[in-house]
Amino acid sequence: MHQPTSARFKANAKAALADAELQKALHFVQTNFPQRRRDVAAKLPEFEALRDAARDIKNHTLAHLDLYLEAFENNATARGSQLHFAVTGDDANRIVLDLCRQYGARTVTKGKSMVGEEIGLNAYLEANGIDPVETDLGEYIIQIRHELPSHIIMPAVHLRKNQIEADFRRVHTSLPKDRNLDEPAALLAEARATLRAKFLAADVGITGANFLVAETGSAVIVTNEGNGDLTATLPRVHIVIASIEKLVPTLEDMAQLMRVLARSATAQEMSVYTTLMTGPRRGGDPDGPAEHHIVIVDNGRSAMLAGQFRDMLRCIRCGACLNHCPIYHAVGGHAYGWIYPGPMGAVLTPSLIGVDKAGQLPNASTFCGRCEEVCPVRIPLPRLMRFWREREFERRLSPATQRAGLKAWAFLARRPRLYRLMTAPAMQVLAWFGRKSGRFAALPLASGWTKVRDLPAPQGKTFQAQWRERGRQ
Amino acid sequence: MSARDTVLASIRHALGVTGTEAPRRKEVADRLRDHPRGVIPQRGQLPDGERIALCLEKIEAVAGTTERIPALSELPAAVANYLRANNLPLAVKRGSDARLAAVHWEFEPVLAVSVGASDGNDVAAISYAYGAAAETGTLVLLSGPDNPTTLNFLPDYHIVVVDAGAIAADYETVLARLREEHGIEGLPRAINLVTGPSRTADIEQTLILGAHGPRRLHVIVLEG
Repeated sequence: MHQPTSARFKANAKAALADAELQKALHFVQTNFPQRRRDVAAKLPEFEALRDAARDIKNHTLAHLDLYLEAFENNATARGSQLHFAVTGDDANRIVLDLCRQYGARTVTKGKSMVGEEIGLNAYLEANGIDPVETDLGEYIIQIRHELPSHIIMPAVHLRKNQIEADFRRVHTSLPKDRNLDEPAALLAEARATLRAKFLAADVGITGANFLVAETGSAVIVTNEGNGDLTATLPRVHIVIASIEKLVPTLEDMAQLMRVLARSATAQEMSVYTTLMTGPRRGGDPDGPAEHHIVIVDNGRSAMLAGQFRDMLRCIRCGACLNHCPIYHAVGGHAYGWIYPGPMGAVLTPSLIGVDKAGQLPNASTFCGRCEEVCPVRIPLPRLMRFWREREFERRLSPATQRAGLKAWAFLARRPRLYRLMTAPAMQVLAWFGRKSGRFAALPLASGWTKVRDLPAPQGKTFQAQWRERGRQ
Repeated sequence: MSARDTVLASIRHALGVTGTEAPRRKEVADRLRDHPRGVIPQRGQLPDGERIALCLEKIEAVAGTTERIPALSELPAAVANYLRANNLPLAVKRGSDARLAAVHWEFEPVLAVSVGASDGNDVAAISYAYGAAAETGTLVLLSGPDNPTTLNFLPDYHIVVVDAGAIAADYETVLARLREEHGIEGLPRAINLVTGPSRTADIEQTLILGAHGPRRLHVIVLEG
């Protein structure tokens, strides 16, 4: 299993900035998604109202999560699904392994599942003699590279075509060496043919779920490729793995969330396949799994319900906050050191693996606020990152110099007259030195800033001084 | 304590509840019973003709193709023409849907129609949709012997027939009809909401059709 390297964020980020291939790949995210999301949102006048509705549905569900979980359990069981509860990720891994063994699974296919990534399901199964095959194209690519996903919906967004071609040539050794893989379509055709054989041979299919509908006991998956449906339909056994916050009360509530999910995630009005799976195959059905299992995973979420991080449990894993984040654009997903990158990862990762291991992530933000602006369920991501920063400070996890600096600043900030007395002359001096170019390429005590970018020179008067002057006018 | 009870207990501990509070239980029971509708987009709330036109426009916007036929008697010719136009073998697989079974396929003697689920060896399949939502051109297909789920995903070409009268404005209307007609207890194993043919953009965000599911989706609206 991959050990989180979130504690090394700074070193990871530095390496990412120097990685030319990665920078080219990331360029797509920055130029592509924000504009496309804006366009698709503008086409639906009710989009902002739907975001409010989505937020409210999630808040209502979380506040009654115990009861909706019971309702889901009753309805799913009545439809013939077999439910399993897992307190921890290890528990969930064991449950899935036991099921695979119980059914004598030889070939296991898998649809992309972030909770599966979170608990290290693939590594656990492999260590116990079962090799699950990822079937989402991006997830398949990172699986054959033995990498973590770098994005929660586009796992291979950090890669370029030539890298993927090299991986396919390395792994698909039974195919002719001189085949042409220049076009993305050729790579897709090769993956499709390779994985089609796996789909048809699989005894067990494992997928995640985007929603669990309490009213019907259905697990819902959303994909564009159709891999999730083939994984769920063809094998004799289908195992769904889903965390507790995936619950929604009714079909109507699911429909509300569907409308914001694809638009926020891929700037589509609707993903190609949204499938509600309710129980195993019925008598007379010619296809579908004979056994349907649902593994409900807590793994730290119930604890998040208690405090200020409950808001984070509204997350529907669309990836909009990553797509709009200047830090993510600069360093990509792997720098964050674990499977949840970007602003949502900066909030969620410390909750799940501890602020001592992931305390740097909430600092990886300019607090520009774009993540909160685009979040379909209106999670106040900057505020939650600030909570973590405060906690990191309180628990003395940040470096001593930084803490001393913050303390000195706090001392000044609480004494306005002293603050003014010190800042006013400093601004004048800096303005005088920077009067020619309007910026500093190097500055004593500020090398951490000026090493990688210029510091703009102040205009001479402090904000407060200008404010007072305007007040007088 | 079982894992189930542990999870429920820690949720209740975090929420500061016992799970027995009557007002909370009532609120949940009411919502499950009443399933209130939320925000419904105006875009699909149109007279019949315009709503159907919107649905087809949305399907085409996501790379599906469409046509209209006035009666099911036209279906064999429509299917044969579609297959010919795509240079495909004149063969199609269907489920045991009564409407498809009643079609006089023999009017197209060269068209081979087989019945059943797909094992992955069919090039083209035809399904009868339960309905559609015009707001995004989304088809609603139900699993079962009538229209096996494998037909929706394994063949390269998927032809879907939908009654014009089953094209609703929004998802909620189709889902409510499903609840009404089947009951929650009678829901099929799988409800597939399908919006266009399968696709991926996982390689440098280049959109390519035909990832794991069908490469092409052709929708035939039965008018009248």
